[in-house]
Amino acid sequence: MGRFIVRRLAGMVPFIILVSITVFMLIKLTPGDFVSNYAAALAAAGETVDDAMLDSMRARYGLDQSWLVQYWDWISGVMVGDFGYSFQWQQPVSSLIGERMALTLILSVSTLLFTWSVALPIGVYSAVRRYSIGDYFFTFVGFVGLAVPGFLLALVLMYVGVSVFHSDVGGLFSSQYADAPWSWGRVADLASHLWIPVIILGTSGAASLIRIMRANLLDQLNQPYVDTARAKGLSEFTLLVRYPIRIALNPFVSTLGWILPNLVSGAVIISVVLNLPTAGPLLLQALLGQDQYLAGAFLLLLCSLTVVGTLVSDILLALLDPRIRVS
Amino acid sequence: MACVMRPILMPTKPVLELRGLSTHFPIGNRVLKAVDDVSFSLHAGETLCIVGESGSGKSITARSILQIVGPPGRIVAGEILFTPPDGHTVDIAKLNPRTADMRAIRGRDIAMIFQEPMTSLSPIHRVGWQIMEGLLAHKLMDRKAARARAIDLLRQVEIPNPEQAVDRYPFEFSGGMRQRAMIAMALACNPKVLIADEPTTALDVTTQAEILRLIRRLQQAHGLAVLFITHDMGVVAQIADNVLVMRNGEVVERARVQELFRAPKHPYTIRLLEAATALGMAAPPARKAAPQGTAILKIRDLTLTYPAQSRLFGKAQPPTHAVRGVSFDLHEGENLGIVGESGSGKTTLGSCLIRVLKPSNGQVTYTMRDGSTRDMASLDRPGLKPVHREMRMIFQDPFAALNPRMTVGQCIGEPLLVNRLLQGEELAVRISDLLGMVGLPPDVAGRYPHAFSGGQRQRIVIARALAPNPRLIIADEATSALDVTLRRQILDLLLELQPELGLSFIFISHDLGVIRYFCDRIAVMHRGEIVEIGPADDICARPQMPYTQKLLAAVPEANPAHRDEGRTFFL
Amino acid sequence: MSATLSNRDLDTASQSRLVWLRFRRHKMAMFGLCVVALLYFIAAFAEPIAPFNPDKSNARLVFHPPQTVHFFDDWAFSPYVLPYKLVRDPVTLQPAYVTDGSRKVALRFFATGTPYKLWGIFESDIHVFGPENLGDNMFLLGADRQGRDVLSRIIHGARASLSIGLVGVSISLLLGITIGGISGFFAGRVDWGVQRVIEFIISLPTIPIWLSLAAVLPKDWPPMATYFTITLIISLVGWTELARVVRGRFLALRGDSFVTAAWLDGCSQPRIIFRHMLPSLTSHIIAAVTLAIPNMILAETALSFLGLGLKPPAISWGALLREAQNIQSIAAAPWLLLPGAAVAITVLALNFLGDGLRDAADPYAH
Repeated sequence: MGRFIVRRLAGMVPFIILVSITVFMLIKLTPGDFVSNYAAALAAAGETVDDAMLDSMRARYGLDQSWLVQYWDWISGVMVGDFGYSFQWQQPVSSLIGERMALTLILSVSTLLFTWSVALPIGVYSAVRRYSIGDYFFTFVGFVGLAVPGFLLALVLMYVGVSVFHSDVGGLFSSQYADAPWSWGRVADLASHLWIPVIILGTSGAASLIRIMRANLLDQLNQPYVDTARAKGLSEFTLLVRYPIRIALNPFVSTLGWILPNLVSGAVIISVVLNLPTAGPLLLQALLGQDQYLAGAFLLLLCSLTVVGTLVSDILLALLDPRIRVS
Repeated sequence: MACVMRPILMPTKPVLELRGLSTHFPIGNRVLKAVDDVSFSLHAGETLCIVGESGSGKSITARSILQIVGPPGRIVAGEILFTPPDGHTVDIAKLNPRTADMRAIRGRDIAMIFQEPMTSLSPIHRVGWQIMEGLLAHKLMDRKAARARAIDLLRQVEIPNPEQAVDRYPFEFSGGMRQRAMIAMALACNPKVLIADEPTTALDVTTQAEILRLIRRLQQAHGLAVLFITHDMGVVAQIADNVLVMRNGEVVERARVQELFRAPKHPYTIRLLEAATALGMAAPPARKAAPQGTAILKIRDLTLTYPAQSRLFGKAQPPTHAVRGVSFDLHEGENLGIVGESGSGKTTLGSCLIRVLKPSNGQVTYTMRDGSTRDMASLDRPGLKPVHREMRMIFQDPFAALNPRMTVGQCIGEPLLVNRLLQGEELAVRISDLLGMVGLPPDVAGRYPHAFSGGQRQRIVIARALAPNPRLIIADEATSALDVTLRRQILDLLLELQPELGLSFIFISHDLGVIRYFCDRIAVMHRGEIVEIGPADDICARPQMPYTQKLLAAVPEANPAHRDEGRTFFL
Repeated sequence: MSATLSNRDLDTASQSRLVWLRFRRHKMAMFGLCVVALLYFIAAFAEPIAPFNPDKSNARLVFHPPQTVHFFDDWAFSPYVLPYKLVRDPVTLQPAYVTDGSRKVALRFFATGTPYKLWGIFESDIHVFGPENLGDNMFLLGADRQGRDVLSRIIHGARASLSIGLVGVSISLLLGITIGGISGFFAGRVDWGVQRVIEFIISLPTIPIWLSLAAVLPKDWPPMATYFTITLIISLVGWTELARVVRGRFLALRGDSFVTAAWLDGCSQPRIIFRHMLPSLTSHIIAAVTLAIPNMILAETALSFLGLGLKPPAISWGALLREAQNIQSIAAAPWLLLPGAAVAITVLALNFLGDGLRDAADPYAH
């Protein structure tokens, strides 16, 4: 097992390197840079722009260097925890992203737990009571859940919140906690706000997981080992829990690898709509303003998050399935 | 056609008795009568075999007894009377399958083992745990005692190092070991009746012999009543006391095993026995004398090695020799059989001969019809094309061998079309000729393969092989997927076509009976090498090598008078 | 599986016919097919179907609420709507719409309305449904911030949103079939490499990647250029799933003995691929493609909604939803969310259709 984890961890290294290069290339694809953007903004405001001043700005930010040099400067900083400097905010990137990434992580992981805890029982119910009214109901709800984009759900909930409950459902904190330092009160406040984005974000994931769980379990229910267990005299419930459900869990767990990227992805856009203090809104701004190190840091961390998610799912799978662990 | 059970004098009440059992499957608005009015009785210490071909309802009968028939199947009539030694009879058919009463019988009183030992065991639970589970479910003992019992059971089924094996997973076991573990599981609660549903069908013949011997030994030791489901008349002859022959859900004949083999009454039984005996080891082979033509295929030192797998972490895999140093000649008009167990390399050898796989070493020299010779081992694709017109292949699975998206005519005509041998009207005529040759009406050319049964499909595959007028046909387990009566028909068809078309065959099979029936010479393969090669009669009657002897001894003979180890009959 | 020689029709039924026979039994999928066909029909004939020009604004009709069509007037078929008029609350001076009971706006089928050029070729001024008199207004789904008819805008938006799905999926399919096919057919090292690349792309969160790619686009590009680049961006991430399907099928087929048989029959490599393997793949590919279109549509909607996709004056459902981005607009005019309903219905119908196709794709399975 230890060797398995070491092997997976080692396999991650080239992945992360590739991610960082991809991310940097994405940022650098943009024609122009922060300085030309800044100059355009100045020009739009009617100020005259001095080319020499722009060049000195470029030199200060290292933008006059070659692509590779810039990447190396950036990545060697990242390795020691220095994510560079945000041009827009005139602050080190690390001070901007810390709490936002933490909140993104909290949001994603809570949504993941929510998705699993909803999808597992419903998927099992749908498979075991196949073609029952309940199965049809959940299948239909699942289809609708897949069809409604998260941000639309967020908009609808916002409308319902305003028109029925006369309250704003956006944000993750009440106003008195928004900028307060961390305390138990703030944690409780977060928890009381978190469920709305979690439901919005988790709906489509839960819908697809229900379908996956149902299909997996239906596959397993026809396997000969189920007959063997039944012939031993186990009760239907024990049988179900010990064998098909237990085995159908394996592919279910391995969905973590792609469900997490989806959640991180969806979280970006929902955060913009619901105005959550997570990575999404700031990333969008940074991308639009070509604030390359800020955008790069976010992209790198979000992508790494999903790579780590894949790793966790591999390890969980190995724990669950002796075929992977032993051989 | 349910005949009245002939009373057999028995000292005690039967432990299991079926009276008029019917299990039906409603499918759409039709009803499939999978089991129709089946009756029998089974006593302690007795072995009753239910024999039949695919679709006869033998497995559903077995499953009905434990009420584990999958939906939509349902017991619609009849009684299943179970009488434990204390004498209190229960009608299982009256029990609700989901109740505790039914569960109390499953595993504790009546246990079952299944065909496929890999999929019948849970892949992710330890073997020992799966054995203990029944004991714990029936609350017969606590965890610690159950574990000790599991180790003891593994010892009884002759699994080496039972103390370690108890903590292994099924995928770490070989097929035979898994079936042993399965038997240990079935015996855990000391059941009175053991139902074995084709327990040896997925196993090699030597493993089958070991498992049959084990079941027999355990039956004697525990006084078990065994209900044994099989399609193999050889197995029936070896282990049955009484036999039930089933067909299309009905019992067509029932008899003591000696009587059944000596004087079968029902025409179907007669046909079944004929086919089984003809393909058995005692009957005279279908081929008379080995014609000695010139050698058309010379194989020298043929080797296929899969290179070692080096991995960054973990152990490196050593190179594997799928085929090692194989040499033999095939003469014109000759049928050469290659026999071996799973993993012996026989299929790989066949693929190397026809160059689906490229051997890593050696020569395969083929003499063409025009007298020129080619080394197939070193030919490239254009060089192979003319050879592939003369050397053709018949595949094992008739369902996978035909492209479901092409009509039968297109399938058969493809080799003629792509080699630009025939076109248009001529092609159509040739296709009807070929269909006639393999005994199918010519008007089926426009149909798709899904319209045909397994036997018919194999005929189509043969027609495709014959299309470019070949000289040599490599048949890889060509009859293994077929029932025994069909198997014989296909072999007879090939033998009938052979002289008029001037064919030679290399016939690859795990089934010595089939090989003996069909071939003049036999090569025995074991671990990638040919251990013995010679005329069929010599190999079967006077095997020289220990492995061949072991293989031959393991083939169950379809004659109850020749049981090994002087097994006595139950009275 | 039928194994009899009796049923002549089924015996000579080709694969596509068997797939169709199976598909037809799938009620929800048939329903999905009808809805999808209808939606694409509407998108193709947006001009005559939409009652008005989607860009016609009217400052006096801002946030006009939706009207209900009354089909019968005194038991005679004579559809009409009741017009609204804008009044100011005497106390708060807030504008509000009230029903003007004094008159009815008569409606009719094939009404004469604003002239248009269908596909830039056919000139006409006939609209399938609209006010009888030119100049009358009808807001079945309300009006937006600039007094434009939301229904007409949704109908015209279908064009971009639905076609992006098709174009995007075509590019994805091209990439997926080529790369997946190469990977599955040649196996070995090539396959290993391609698999790692696909794994890598799948493990990336798509929306941030789309965002950063879309942010690259100059803001002053013409709508058509933006349209194609956005489609390209979406399909660059979307091909992986299709490649996986194609590769998996190819690998499975490679092992089938009928492919070996074709090789031994002397078929050339292209003939094996196109005559023997591809026909077995098409139904699976069609199903996978149908299931991929909704993802494309959702992606476009998300991008345009964030302002990184299609931008006004281009109309797409995502661009329309951008109007509903802030809570004030939604509270004032909840019908601005209706383009979202169009997205949901489309995706739902496509998913039903794709599911049915996938179930019917292999008519030879048990």
